[in-house]
Amino acid sequence: MTQVATPPAAGGTGDGEDRPVPPGHVRLTIDGITVDAPKGELVIRAAERIGIAIPRFCDHPLLDPVGACRQCLVEVEMGGRPMPKPQASCTQTVGDGMVVRTQVTSPVAEKAQRSNLEFLLLNHPLDCPICDKGGECPLQNQTLANGSATSRMHEAKRVFTKPVPVSTEILLDRERCVLCQRCTRFSDQIAGDRFIDLLERGSSQQIGINSDEPFQSYFSGNTIQICPVGALTSTAYRFRSRPFDLVSTGTVCEHCASGCALRTDHRTGVVMRRLAAPDPEVNEEWNCDKGRFGFGYLHEGDRLARPLVRDADGQLQPASWTDAMTAAAQGLARARDDGGVGVLTGGRLTVTDAYAYAKFARVALRTNDVDFRARRHSAEEASFLADRVAGVTPSTGGPTYADLEAAPAVLLVALEPEDESPILFLRLRKAARRGVPVFTVGAVESRGSRKLSATLLPALPGAEADLLADLTADARPVVAGAAAADRNRAGQLLRASGAVVLVGERAAETPGLLTAVGRLADATGARLAWVPRRAGERGALEAGALPGLLPGGRPVTDPAARAHVEQAWGVELPARPGRDTAAMIASVLARAERDERALGLVGPAPSPDLPRPAESPAADDRPAGHGAVGLVERVVETVAGSVSGAVHHLRDLVTGEHEDAAVAPGPQAPAEPGLAGLLLGGVELDDLPDPAAALAAVAATGFVVSLEIRASAVTALADVVLPVAAVTQKSGAFLDWEGRHRPFDAALPTPGVLDDGRVLDTLGVEMDVDLYTQTPVAARADMARAVPPAPAGGTSPGTAPGPADARRGPAGTAPRDGQGFVLVSWRTALDGGRLLDGEPHLAGTARPDVVRLSPRAAELLGVGDGAPVQVHGPSGGTVTLPLQVTAMVDEAVWLPGRIRATPLVALLGAGSGDRVRVRPAAGGEGL
Amino acid sequence: MSFLDPVKGFGVTFATMFKPVVTEDYPRNPEPTAPRWHGRHQLNRHPDGLEKCVGCELCAWACPADAIFVEGGDNTEEARYSPGERYGKNYQINYLRCIGCGLCVEACPTRSLTMTNEYELADDDRQRLIYTKDRLLAPLLPGMEQPPHPMRLGDEEKDYYVRGPELVRSRGAVRSEAQEQGAHVEPDGSVPPLDSPTGGLAEGVPPGAGTAGTVPRGVTPRADGR
Repeated sequence: MTQVATPPAAGGTGDGEDRPVPPGHVRLTIDGITVDAPKGELVIRAAERIGIAIPRFCDHPLLDPVGACRQCLVEVEMGGRPMPKPQASCTQTVGDGMVVRTQVTSPVAEKAQRSNLEFLLLNHPLDCPICDKGGECPLQNQTLANGSATSRMHEAKRVFTKPVPVSTEILLDRERCVLCQRCTRFSDQIAGDRFIDLLERGSSQQIGINSDEPFQSYFSGNTIQICPVGALTSTAYRFRSRPFDLVSTGTVCEHCASGCALRTDHRTGVVMRRLAAPDPEVNEEWNCDKGRFGFGYLHEGDRLARPLVRDADGQLQPASWTDAMTAAAQGLARARDDGGVGVLTGGRLTVTDAYAYAKFARVALRTNDVDFRARRHSAEEASFLADRVAGVTPSTGGPTYADLEAAPAVLLVALEPEDESPILFLRLRKAARRGVPVFTVGAVESRGSRKLSATLLPALPGAEADLLADLTADARPVVAGAAAADRNRAGQLLRASGAVVLVGERAAETPGLLTAVGRLADATGARLAWVPRRAGERGALEAGALPGLLPGGRPVTDPAARAHVEQAWGVELPARPGRDTAAMIASVLARAERDERALGLVGPAPSPDLPRPAESPAADDRPAGHGAVGLVERVVETVAGSVSGAVHHLRDLVTGEHEDAAVAPGPQAPAEPGLAGLLLGGVELDDLPDPAAALAAVAATGFVVSLEIRASAVTALADVVLPVAAVTQKSGAFLDWEGRHRPFDAALPTPGVLDDGRVLDTLGVEMDVDLYTQTPVAARADMARAVPPAPAGGTSPGTAPGPADARRGPAGTAPRDGQGFVLVSWRTALDGGRLLDGEPHLAGTARPDVVRLSPRAAELLGVGDGAPVQVHGPSGGTVTLPLQVTAMVDEAVWLPGRIRATPLVALLGAGSGDRVRVRPAAGGEGL
Repeated sequence: MSFLDPVKGFGVTFATMFKPVVTEDYPRNPEPTAPRWHGRHQLNRHPDGLEKCVGCELCAWACPADAIFVEGGDNTEEARYSPGERYGKNYQINYLRCIGCGLCVEACPTRSLTMTNEYELADDDRQRLIYTKDRLLAPLLPGMEQPPHPMRLGDEEKDYYVRGPELVRSRGAVRSEAQEQGAHVEPDGSVPPLDSPTGGLAEGVPPGAGTAGTVPRGVTPRADGR
């Protein structure tokens, strides 16, 4: 924290007086050294710059000054008159002609600091041997360095009950607290979650929470890290180790696309904790609780250690790498020649691993059927990503974290940053606190938007595109009312230079929205950035893990790009764009259905309005945290019951999106044999748009190879399972939402554990092709050969109008017909995902699942806050949750994207934008 | 070379037969060591059997040979091993590395770690020379109870550290506090009185008070000893 640097303006010693004071600066003397400091700078920072460290506890460069601990007292003389008492240098701003004497030269300051330390230790317990902060504690260090060796205090110390859990993850020890208020200031100023505050007065003053409101902030872990004593500790790290036990490695967070720098501390081969590492350009000094505490999955019991191969009896048996590679290579080669193999890569891979999949698909499997999107997606999205996102980095002029702070306005589309990219949220909040207006297009005024002071531009799912079209239009329709005023203001501000539009991955759920976003950016000149949820998506896009894109984000259909990659790879590339995730699954299911019919197992195709199969397992009877078991039971049912049913649902799903695309998926193209194999890398079926259909597809596929870290629903069904390295065991890089390269080293290099790139490289050798992805370094070099150097001077936004440009479907104009409410939903940050397994304390800080309705809708239904409300989905599924009345569009109902770790689509058969019925659980008229 | 030389030689042998023996009859009749001999370590117990070790790792920190490995654990109401919040869940001393310097004993803030006079630390198996907690813990003396069990000497850890000996006396328990520290047993086998300088703890004196290194550095010690 103590940064020591001499700025160019700050004259060292002697000659300082001769030069004129730079404009906007003042000249002062600190310990006899003349310093030029910008007006308004704090004395403690000016002293820091010339290498004088003044002790402090409450001062933090990213928090507002408060002067609470009084440890930084210095003697100050202004205009020749000494101030009567020592001043706190962390609140005192510099002044012209000021003379500061710190503890280095002033006995008065030295005595003041020494006495203050004695005062802070009055009630501090002698806990150091059992305190988690011991060994890295500023108070301990300070006392050791400057404190008195003896105590004059003979009275009993003040005692409190300890530790007090302020949330399931954070423990508070009030005896140790020195009331510096770093935690409360962080919660108030940075995170905006003011759950923790000072209580009482005088000697009973203490940090506390409202007993009804635990410290349920997504950012609570930061308070532990900035606590200068051991007053706040975490349940996860309680008594686990000492600083001298730990080996620290700089890593990058794998949980979202924010790209936080982390410090991973491990002991005896086990990760003990993770901390936010300072990176002023990205995460400053913060990270979110998910990144800090969500590493328990690394040490779960279901980690795969050995390759598994399905034997003649259909049982998965441990096998040697050699046997497993041979089996996988033979099976994939057979499936490739039989009908093709599709590649799904999840979205959590490093850039080089994603590149290995993209190259493996094209070189070894000779197909473009590769897609990283394990979520709702569309062809429109693919062309949006190709045209406007691929290749954009901070160095080519893409918007950055820092740009958000300077933007005249920020527009959020289909993005809930607090849940989907928490550090982006913190930066947006910092910007908003500095006066940057934030607009958010959506149906719900979430807590996150309130904390950003964001202006909600209300739009139901499906109608956002219209709203953006209004913002785009120069001559806006004159509509009276506050909403129109907001709209006009947003439209005006977005036309100012430097405005930023941030669009979330959920935009793909609404047809026409991404096109509208592109048009808006073109019309207003606003800069555009795409913010996916997962850490690997942005990198996979650059690596070419999309059916229509080659590495570097160039279209497969571009002969020049293809020729370049063909030259680099030395193979011929398939010219036709491949199938995306949904089309691959549909293709597999179509093939399975045809095979079944050929065998006479099923009759004619059932009518399309057949109820969807087997969404069955209710949230309650699902074993918590063990999706695999439940899913496998589900698959048996699904496969036996109705592959065809799933096909029909899929057909509905796919036809809407692909009828005019170049690809013609299975059901429409009888000439296509359908995929005979799947290569799955870290795909969680529950993430897919239709988990049941995906599960049926994996079960029905002829040959499945799964590269996984832990046993999952996919590995249970795969023919060959190859264990791969977790993020701590491999090196690599993620691209954050900016496109910034975030490289990291292996924190725990483990012999015998291979990353995806290495496994695929070996698998390629078995299939007689060379991928050159043995190591991340090699893969990176190979990728550089396949990707042309980025054009200097920025990208060309909106080059080729995407195919989706032509189609603004009817779905883009208005909410679909039907009764009931329009479902609005997104995945919250802590929703029981697989990467959050093994950390129950973190799960305890998740926000409670609620239904959100507008005050008017609640009134119509006759229910109040907290009353249980039932939501009925089209599949017949029902969700009952307590109501939280929220400012939102009257016609919308909000539900979390996953409820008790089960995706909403599996519970209700409906996703965001679908119509659902809502009724009070206590009985009564529904709507 | 005189013919008397063998006689002189045997004379030395014969004379030695009547002198006191300087060798020891080890292992049949081993001599006692010096009272402060640095032998095998021992993890002591409170008078009710709870462990004194709080798993703070200061011994491991102090160890110049990196011979000690400690992992702390969290005491719960269901399973309590020591008074207070923290206990030593995993404790290992590697006697292949230990140089017997005793810095760990000085570092111990709770007087949990002391050294016995046991010096027979040889084996033909490296693994067996890594002593685990079960081999290092002091034996249960009469009046002691195998942890985990609730605090028997009071409601708070303070009762153990400040008023422990007094509480034991009032309970009429054995003077185990002194006995468990083998180095303090007098050569004649007697145990010094509890409040003597070498024996048990005097009232109001914190464990290890007056011994350098027993109070964590950097923390102002309190005169009242808590």
